[in-house]
Amino acid sequence: MATRHFRSTARLMMAPAVILLLGWMLVPLTMTLWFSFRRYLPLRGGDLGWAGFDNYVRFVTSGAFWPSVQTTLIIVGGVLVITVALGVVLALLLDQPIWGQGAVRILVIAPFFVMPTVSALVWKNMFMDPVNGLFAHLWRFFGAEPVAWLSDVPLASIVVIVSWQWLPFATLILLTAVQSLDREQLEAAEMDGASPLARFGFIVLPHLSRAITIVVLIQTIFLLSIFAEIFVTTGGAFGTRTLTYLIYQRVLESQNVGLGSAGGVYAIILANIVAIFLMRIVGKNLDR
Amino acid sequence: MARAVTPRRKALNTALAWAIGLLIFFPILWTILTSFKTEAEAIASPPLFLNFDWTLENYAVVQERSDYMKFLLNSVIIAGGSTLLGIIVAVPAAWSMAFVPSRRTRDILLWMLSTKMLPAVGVLYPIYLLFIRLGLLDSRAGLVVVLMLINLPIIVWMLYTYFREIPGEILEAARMDGAGLREEILYVLTPMAVPGIASTILLNFILAWNEAFWTLNLTAADAAPLTAFIASYSSPEGLFYAKLSAASTMAIAPILILGWFSQKQLVRGLTFGAVK
Repeated sequence: MATRHFRSTARLMMAPAVILLLGWMLVPLTMTLWFSFRRYLPLRGGDLGWAGFDNYVRFVTSGAFWPSVQTTLIIVGGVLVITVALGVVLALLLDQPIWGQGAVRILVIAPFFVMPTVSALVWKNMFMDPVNGLFAHLWRFFGAEPVAWLSDVPLASIVVIVSWQWLPFATLILLTAVQSLDREQLEAAEMDGASPLARFGFIVLPHLSRAITIVVLIQTIFLLSIFAEIFVTTGGAFGTRTLTYLIYQRVLESQNVGLGSAGGVYAIILANIVAIFLMRIVGKNLDR
Repeated sequence: MARAVTPRRKALNTALAWAIGLLIFFPILWTILTSFKTEAEAIASPPLFLNFDWTLENYAVVQERSDYMKFLLNSVIIAGGSTLLGIIVAVPAAWSMAFVPSRRTRDILLWMLSTKMLPAVGVLYPIYLLFIRLGLLDSRAGLVVVLMLINLPIIVWMLYTYFREIPGEILEAARMDGAGLREEILYVLTPMAVPGIASTILLNFILAWNEAFWTLNLTAADAAPLTAFIASYSSPEGLFYAKLSAASTMAIAPILILGWFSQKQLVRGLTFGAVK
């Protein structure tokens, strides 16, 4: 049907997007790779020559590396567990017939639209501040000693803040999945005497498994690179330095570009491992 | 689908859902309330909920002391500019992939998506260096380009899924009637795709507005948008809760309102069609 001329015009129309993204990917990536093999200290002598794999070795053997991996895993894992578990509960609840469904949905989704620096600062000052925060008032009201959240339990505090931001996303996607559930199957199971727990375990949860996988994968990719929440709350202190934050500090704060770039390459590899799984699911969906 | 439930059960569910909804919304509500207090009322113990003297003073002070309008304008220009630029680049690409697919279309789409997964911190220094060399550091133009590039995969994907829903027969009919490529896109496709394009613009404007890695690292005084302006409140200088709240409320209010319109697009735009 379509002529050859028509087809080549169509190809041409794709060119700007493809070329831009190709440039966006290749240019900085090549530079990062290049720097990662150099001793490059912009403020202390500049490019001091070839370093081989020194930066890669030094990055993983430095004392800050394993703690940062641990911190990253705790934050990503903690947020995933909280948002998926609460997300399933909320999605099932919002799927029920209730009065003011639309309004409740708006309330639940709202945190997703708050910019990261605002939510981090609001939580830090107005809720978690050990003197004037709302939690401190609450603790004192019950006669307890207020907690300095961000210095005493910094990781848990950041997990709470980030979970609050991402719960809406998980809920919304899981709700979309819940709504495509086969009602007749559920009713049949109910008539056959399946308990609510059995119905949840054998029908609802398997139905949601795909959506849960997608939530986990997409959130993991975004959570691996959270930055603003740490930047404005602790600045990486009190053991809240994630891999992303560690690389940021190496590159911009201590200006050890070679070392930071090696870390950057590790981060890129890590993100790609997660991305491969996500792409498989998305790709399968494209074929349908 | 509405199911029959007993009124008692419905009342219970309603109460529970509203309680959880209000709990989740509370930090935002509290910020808005605090923005209308004086600084003394903002840290009063026990906290004041509604029984304080409502004042607009904080809003005036924030604008006066920090030139809030400048940051707001930067946010609008950066988020708006990057979104529009992205749409201009993405519409032809998405059109081409949706209506003239080739064997490689699927791979190109997935590859575009994969560029979105590139961790920003991994390319922070190269971009920083390029910005210095090109004189783009702390410029709105530079951020418009970077944010356009990081959101381009999402824009292409969203448009692609919307275009795919338009029946190809309509385009073929137009072609039979002698419409050229330009007429086809301008007079046949675009009117049908307007809702999809509008949703795409909406969601990407929100994402660009809230972006807080590049905006924090590539701006200083001149091009800083609201994300960076708010971050400057992280160094405490005396009592500032009410002013922080006023600044925060102004920064999130427009997006909260836009966001409420974009709930459905959120799922489509951020799951790349994997959840329907």
